[in-house]
Amino acid sequence: MTPDSIERETTIEAPVERVWELLTQAEHVGRWFGDAGAEVDREGGEMVMHWREHGSTRGRIEAVEPQRRFAYRWAPYKDPGGAEPVEGNSTLVEFTLTAEGGGTRLRVVESGFAALACSDEQRAANHASNTEGWALELGELADYAARVAV
Amino acid sequence: MLSLLAERGEATATTLAGDLPVSRVAVVKHLAVLDRAGLVEARRAGREVRYTVRTEQLGATARWMAGLASQWDARLAAIKRLAEKT
Repeated sequence: MTPDSIERETTIEAPVERVWELLTQAEHVGRWFGDAGAEVDREGGEMVMHWREHGSTRGRIEAVEPQRRFAYRWAPYKDPGGAEPVEGNSTLVEFTLTAEGGGTRLRVVESGFAALACSDEQRAANHASNTEGWALELGELADYAARVAV
Repeated sequence: MLSLLAERGEATATTLAGDLPVSRVAVVKHLAVLDRAGLVEARRAGREVRYTVRTEQLGATARWMAGLASQWDARLAAIKRLAEKT
């Protein structure tokens, strides 16, 4: 029932190379994402965004197609407790850049919310339950619900 | 299962179990937990118990995601501003 993704788009009067730079270079990322700086390590596949009030969030870089696509996985909505951001505890943020005339169409899609909601269900169920044997069945239910969620 | 239940509007445990690859017993237990968690509401109708999703919870989710979408709008606007500055 939770929609799985958010999509937003904008048209920018600047070349693709400029927008790419702003999206992927640390000194720029901290200016529009987070308000206290950022680190981006494309080789290592990691990034960190900092907020003065909210602290820091790690991202795991998943795709780097220069001037075209940049994607990372992060978990700002619930703390995975130091665990790696993976499907189920994180959302995926994908930027795509398309040259249009002299400018750039920039699209962002953040997805994975349905899986987050399902793990919430599972956590609520585990918390309230006092029997063990149906943990497996709940897992099956959660998986199925994630697949049918619209 | 919540999405299935929302699609149907209202359903019994038997109906839901028919749509899912798990036993009716498992569905009943899961529904009881969702009920305690405030995500579904149970209503006796004769000998059946019918379940519905509690929409105020869903409304909260929809509002939360609308808030996230606005955050993305703000970030895109900031990228645009920075990119178009000469």
